[in-house]
Amino acid sequence: MTDMSYLDGNMLDGPLREIFAVDLSTATGRCASCGTAGPMAGLHVFSHAPGLVGRCPVCGQVMLRLVRAPERAWLDLRGATVLELPMPLDQPHPGPL
Amino acid sequence: MSPGFQGRPRSAEPALPPGQYLTEDWPVLSAGPTPKVSLDTWEFVVTTETGAEFRWSWTELMGLPQETPTVDIHCVTRWSKLGTNWQAVSLDTLLEGIDTDARYALAHSYGGYTTNLPLEDLRGGRAWVAHAYEGGPLPAEHGGPARLLVPHLYFWKSAKWVRGIRLLVDDQPGFWETAGYHDYGDPWREQRYQGD
Repeated sequence: MTDMSYLDGNMLDGPLREIFAVDLSTATGRCASCGTAGPMAGLHVFSHAPGLVGRCPVCGQVMLRLVRAPERAWLDLRGATVLELPMPLDQPHPGPL
Repeated sequence: MSPGFQGRPRSAEPALPPGQYLTEDWPVLSAGPTPKVSLDTWEFVVTTETGAEFRWSWTELMGLPQETPTVDIHCVTRWSKLGTNWQAVSLDTLLEGIDTDARYALAHSYGGYTTNLPLEDLRGGRAWVAHAYEGGPLPAEHGGPARLLVPHLYFWKSAKWVRGIRLLVDDQPGFWETAGYHDYGDPWREQRYQGD
């Protein structure tokens, strides 16, 4: 793709770190449109817009929208069916219930 | 001298909505890649709440009465541009004779963008399908071949690459309206975000 109007998903690190305590740039997301799973850092991010728009690098559909107002933020992830997050081994976890 | 006792001088009249700044250039804002739309296959479709469809090809659009609105535009990202000159077809012309009880409209674009407006705001000489800007064809990065032009609302309502309008009985929020932006978006009331 020769379109240079977007940035890569690594730019989401700062904006999403503000929302989540985990580093989502190392997360894997599955596109709700085409089913492709890949690193969130691989999204094509259109930032010259009223918000950030993260698109699937395979099919181009919207996976993420992040809108930031002075005292509020909106995160729309309907275009991503699941996020897989890396977790530290030494952190206690309940396991399957 | 102070003009204070002579009433408000014309130059001090509020030309810009609150929170906006004036720009002379024209920033390109886009939620996705610029779609390539051939004029041979371009169409504009009005779909009513009963499913009836009214279609115009590019040639048919050019054959409709043309208007040349000069309007101020206000982007929610805070820039405003004054006195922009367009060539366009009024939505009054396109909606004329279409039988509908709808109160809402959802504009949809090549590339998948959507934005919602009350149908009333598309009528009364306040909304157009615009295809030329400052005497030339509307550049693709600014929404060409044609975009919606609804200058009395924030410019995200003026959908680039517009392909059609669905007339709806119930309001259906669009691309930005489902992600925090205001349902109506009046710049003079600074309706940027939900609840403003």
